Amino acid sequence: MHPIRKKRLTIVLFLLAGVSVAVALTTYALRQNINLFYDPSQIAQGEAPVDVRIRAGGMVEEGSVLRDPESLKVEFKVTDFTSSVLVEYTGILPDLFAEGQGVVAMGRMDGNGRFVADQVLAKHDENYMPPEVNEALEKAAGKRASMPGVQDEAAASY
Amino acid sequence: MWQIFHKLGSPKWFFGIASTLMPWLLWVGLALMVAGIGWGLAFAPQDYLQGNSYRIIFIHVPSAFLAQSVYMMMAVAGLVTLVWRMKLADVFVKAVAPVGAVLTFLALFTGAVWGKPTWGTWWIWDARLTSMLILLFLYFGVIALGAAISDEKSSARAVAVLVLVGVVNIPIIKYSVEWWNTLHQPATFKLTEKPSMPAEMWVPLLLSVLGLYLIFGWLTCLRMQTEILVREGRTRWVKELVQAGGN
Amino acid sequence: MAFDSFGAFIVMEGHGPYVWACYFMFFLLMGALALWSLRQRRSVFAQQRRRMNSAPARDQSPAGASFTRIEPSHD
Repeated sequence: MHPIRKKRLTIVLFLLAGVSVAVALTTYALRQNINLFYDPSQIAQGEAPVDVRIRAGGMVEEGSVLRDPESLKVEFKVTDFTSSVLVEYTGILPDLFAEGQGVVAMGRMDGNGRFVADQVLAKHDENYMPPEVNEALEKAAGKRASMPGVQDEAAASY
Repeated sequence: MWQIFHKLGSPKWFFGIASTLMPWLLWVGLALMVAGIGWGLAFAPQDYLQGNSYRIIFIHVPSAFLAQSVYMMMAVAGLVTLVWRMKLADVFVKAVAPVGAVLTFLALFTGAVWGKPTWGTWWIWDARLTSMLILLFLYFGVIALGAAISDEKSSARAVAVLVLVGVVNIPIIKYSVEWWNTLHQPATFKLTEKPSMPAEMWVPLLLSVLGLYLIFGWLTCLRMQTEILVREGRTRWVKELVQAGGN
Repeated sequence: MAFDSFGAFIVMEGHGPYVWACYFMFFLLMGALALWSLRQRRSVFAQQRRRMNSAPARDQSPAGASFTRIEPSHD
């Protein structure tokens, strides 16, 4: 390669490396702010501030959803399969909300370790399948887990 | 190999090749897109969880995929501009930036409309959505900077530097869903693993991705030809071409 | 076919508006981009032709008033 071109190429590569390092350091320093939500383990360890508007995310624990028959009030536990946190919410839930599904709730921690949410968003995973396949899978796995393998993977990603 | 490289640098040679390729790119691309979208909309099974709203995937994923790979191509062209000063590389960047911007906007728009029924919100400032918005602004920046500097050479270099600096955003978009907690789910398609969807869903998706790629190729040839005509208007071959009655 | 009727296909169990809004936007913008790019190239060709036709004419005209319209490049 021509020496001038070689020199230009080196300059460009240095520029690129410099910018990458700068961006990597910034995102590393801001990692807690880039995370969309706290997971239940972080909340259990007291990493999440009390009485400040935060987001909490995880799986809705199987069998934990309690609906108030009088109002739109719902209580459920959000878990990452190590710890779980009790969430209280009044309002309309998204269509995808179900036990065993991922959610992200916005609200604040009260003093008693309850999370009072004012908005609940549904999170879904990267798996798509026709309903019949899902039914067959559920039948095969019994009632224990709605999708074998998927929950472990999802747990790892939280 | 170097000969091909030098030939590629010749606008006249490129103009001819583009003219032969364009009908193929357009019609095969359209056929693939129509097949993929038609299959995806009407024949693919619904999703067990999202029902029919997931059918947006057949344009959302192609747009988002192209938006990022167009930027990668621009970055390679930017590198070629800076190191080899090849004019055609700059022609490519200028011709393609608006296409990339439209594709990024479409990825964001279809994502927002898809997010409303599935997640419960149009927009959330999670790492994936935010880095994609930054990509849109990068495209706007490239277009604006290219238009703001009238001198051809300095404009080419300035734009190439901007494109190269912005390229760090691409791995951030790709890995945002793995590095941080996001509302957006991780990728369904990974190079090393089987896709986490059945064939009757991913085959139509693959068709529409390929189709959009070819249509992008057609748009690129067309727009590069325009840019070449403007820049090379004084050369003999362009004059001959115009006299021969091109359109 | 994943749907029983054309009506069901349009409604998509209530998700129709979302799905169709996305497809409409996609085809609208891609179509507009294609048409704009085609027109741009055509207008550049027309401009070049006009410039070439007017150049010899100017050589023949007597010295003095002769105005050639020069249009800024289109892009």
